[in-house]
Amino acid sequence: MKLCLKPSAMRRTRWHEYLVRFVFGGLVTMAAGLVADHCGPVMGGLFLAFPSIFPACVTLVQVHEEEDEKEDGKRSSVRKRMARQAAGATAMGTTLGGAGLFCFALVLWLSATRLSPWLLLGLAMLVWVIVNTLVLWLGQGLIARFAAHGDSCS
Amino acid sequence: MEHLIRFLIGGVVVSVFAALGDVFRPRILAGMFGAAPTIALATLGLTIATKGAEVVSLEGRSMLIGAVALSAHSPLASYLLLKRDWSSLPAALLAWMAWFVISFSLWALLLKATS
Repeated sequence: MKLCLKPSAMRRTRWHEYLVRFVFGGLVTMAAGLVADHCGPVMGGLFLAFPSIFPACVTLVQVHEEEDEKEDGKRSSVRKRMARQAAGATAMGTTLGGAGLFCFALVLWLSATRLSPWLLLGLAMLVWVIVNTLVLWLGQGLIARFAAHGDSCS
Repeated sequence: MEHLIRFLIGGVVVSVFAALGDVFRPRILAGMFGAAPTIALATLGLTIATKGAEVVSLEGRSMLIGAVALSAHSPLASYLLLKRDWSSLPAALLAWMAWFVISFSLWALLLKATS
């Protein structure tokens, strides 16, 4: 499985799609703070792991993939199937990403009272990166099963 | 004012990670970036400054449950998309509801007594 960057994909995203993600992300962050203020940190902490942009992510992937396949001249039924496959792969990625999020939370729980804020943030992000890298390396077979048509960078 | 700051920082952090997910291939990476700790990153500094490190630690413990719910909710969307030919928005919204059920159930089972 080859990891690569496709910067041109950013141009596919329209301004209102960026706006939706910004507003959703902002609202959920604000809501997490409000829940923590009114119900305490034990309840509020749940929302730190809320999948705020999950619907926007999978929907955008499906829409963009369908547009790409339309440009390639594929039939509607084929386009829709490939687009759902890409969205399904994205959803599976969220499952795998939960491991990194879990370890990030573990660092916060165990180290918040022991480290300075910047060190805490740096350590938690480092652990997130390492765990996600490990998951990608160990899960190559599973990832290959979910490979979607638009997964190349060419 | 604090909530406005949370909204703005949260919006920026979520947008950045979502944009990163757009450019990486394979697509499965977009999903992994979708599971990035964006809300925690956006609020960590503010929470430590206003409420202290103990509160961050408590929130981190609850975040563990949220992370388990996150990993558990997305296979439902994947199944609906790949096996049941659902469209992405209804599949994702149903999976969102599953997140609430799973996380609140685990919270009630494991953490409610400590709230």
